[in-house]
Amino acid sequence: MYVAVKGGERAIANSHRLLDEARRGNPAVPELSLEQISEQLGLAVDRVMTEGSLYDRELAALAIKQARGDLIEAIFLLRAYRTTLPRLAVTEPIETSDMAVRRRISATFKDLPGGQVLGPTFDYTHRLLDFGLADTGGDAPEAEEGNPETLNGPVPRVLEILNHEGLIQREEKGEHREPSGDLTRESIAFPAERDVRLQNLARGDEGFLLAMGYSTQRGFGGNHPFAGEIRMGEVSVEIVPEELGFPIEIGEITVTECESINQFKGSAKEPPQFTRGYGLTFGHCERKAIAMALVDRALRCHELGEDATAPAQDEEFVLMHSDNVEASGFLQHLKLPHYVDFQGELVLIRNLRAEAEAKARAEEAEAKEKATADAAREAAE
Amino acid sequence: MSPLDILAAPDIEERRQWMGTLAKASPDRLDEFWQDLAEKPDYRCLKGPEIGLAMVRGRAGGTGAPFNMGEMSVTRCVVQIVDGQLGYACVAGRSQRHAELAAVFDALLQDDDRRAALKETIISSLDREWRNRRAKRSAKAASTKVEFFTMVRGD
Repeated sequence: MYVAVKGGERAIANSHRLLDEARRGNPAVPELSLEQISEQLGLAVDRVMTEGSLYDRELAALAIKQARGDLIEAIFLLRAYRTTLPRLAVTEPIETSDMAVRRRISATFKDLPGGQVLGPTFDYTHRLLDFGLADTGGDAPEAEEGNPETLNGPVPRVLEILNHEGLIQREEKGEHREPSGDLTRESIAFPAERDVRLQNLARGDEGFLLAMGYSTQRGFGGNHPFAGEIRMGEVSVEIVPEELGFPIEIGEITVTECESINQFKGSAKEPPQFTRGYGLTFGHCERKAIAMALVDRALRCHELGEDATAPAQDEEFVLMHSDNVEASGFLQHLKLPHYVDFQGELVLIRNLRAEAEAKARAEEAEAKEKATADAAREAAE
Repeated sequence: MSPLDILAAPDIEERRQWMGTLAKASPDRLDEFWQDLAEKPDYRCLKGPEIGLAMVRGRAGGTGAPFNMGEMSVTRCVVQIVDGQLGYACVAGRSQRHAELAAVFDALLQDDDRRAALKETIISSLDREWRNRRAKRSAKAASTKVEFFTMVRGD
């Protein structure tokens, strides 16, 4: 049976208008500006840029406003927008060793060169609601200023300390493919190279990676991580334009980086040593960076000769389910009309039931017939 | 390296410096300098200004092999001063005015007669302003640096 589905145009148009009104909320309340979103909901902007895989604060703020604060919807909007723009360049790799750090901590060495710099963090806050923020219009708070000289120059990497002693897996420029694998151009193939895995995780859903990372901590593919170093700050971005043939700086971006240090008992190929996982995000997405480092380390099980027994070590499971735009699209398509599909299912289930009922009736009749025949035989004897 | 390259090298380094400074400046600030410019040259855009993307690469483990981390918006522009030099700019963000002015200043800075004056006025100011912004950020971060002290246990 085929049912033509048409109509609904006016309902859709009116639904859009209703959505616009709902987005605006009470018109007596002042409308949000993009600057307000980008300045005062900065971490939402950072998450949308990271998972939307597009660094542009203003566009991310617009996406958040349009999506009424639904961050996954905003990420979708940003991903859709990026497909409309041409790619003009691939940057030189950013050098996070040269970062102008605004936060830099290590959970493995107390007295590390360069020091522990807390920066703007929720850590050490009491997580009590601050009712003072309920009132607007107060004086803008101002931070203390220390001596900037103490943060001048490159801050040494914590993991280099272990590297000098040869106690940790090395991470060198070494041999790699050029250009790097790019899953925006070519769909992912398994087994996936580390560059593609890192790209996938960098744009992956924070909630998904958080749960996966947490699962490794709870013993599903456990490799006992330490936060070797977390740093957040500004790095310079350079490209080499074809027209010039030499690198030029095009600006600065804020990034967060986490390097995890993990236990490793050694294998036939490798001596006992510490191993490492890596997380990198746009903006200040610290939880995501740590989760990414844990999952990256779990996915390195094959190169270390570990058995892949847990979900976080299963690269197809992780990499095929990490993207919230894909996941949300497939999940939400369930809301679209499936009238014809469902008619088919309905016909099928009716037929199956009819068959089952017919069969039951036949069996019943057969049993009755047999009983009658048996009774007749008994009577005859 | 050929002798020619060696001769050209310092110029490239110098040009890299001012291009970076122009890229990090705010579009409004560049516009102010443009408005204040005494002899505004005629120029035409050979390419753009066009908005596009640059794929940002990171390094595995911070020091290892490169990988694609995500894109950023950029704006590119190539200009030519009438009867003069070509200027190039590619700047972060989507300000076409920023890219166009950065390209024009890049062209003017290549003019031997104008370079010294432009560097002294525009580039040094922009560079100072950027350093001040960065120092301000670093100063605030520095105030959150942990000073550990050790308790001596009494006997």
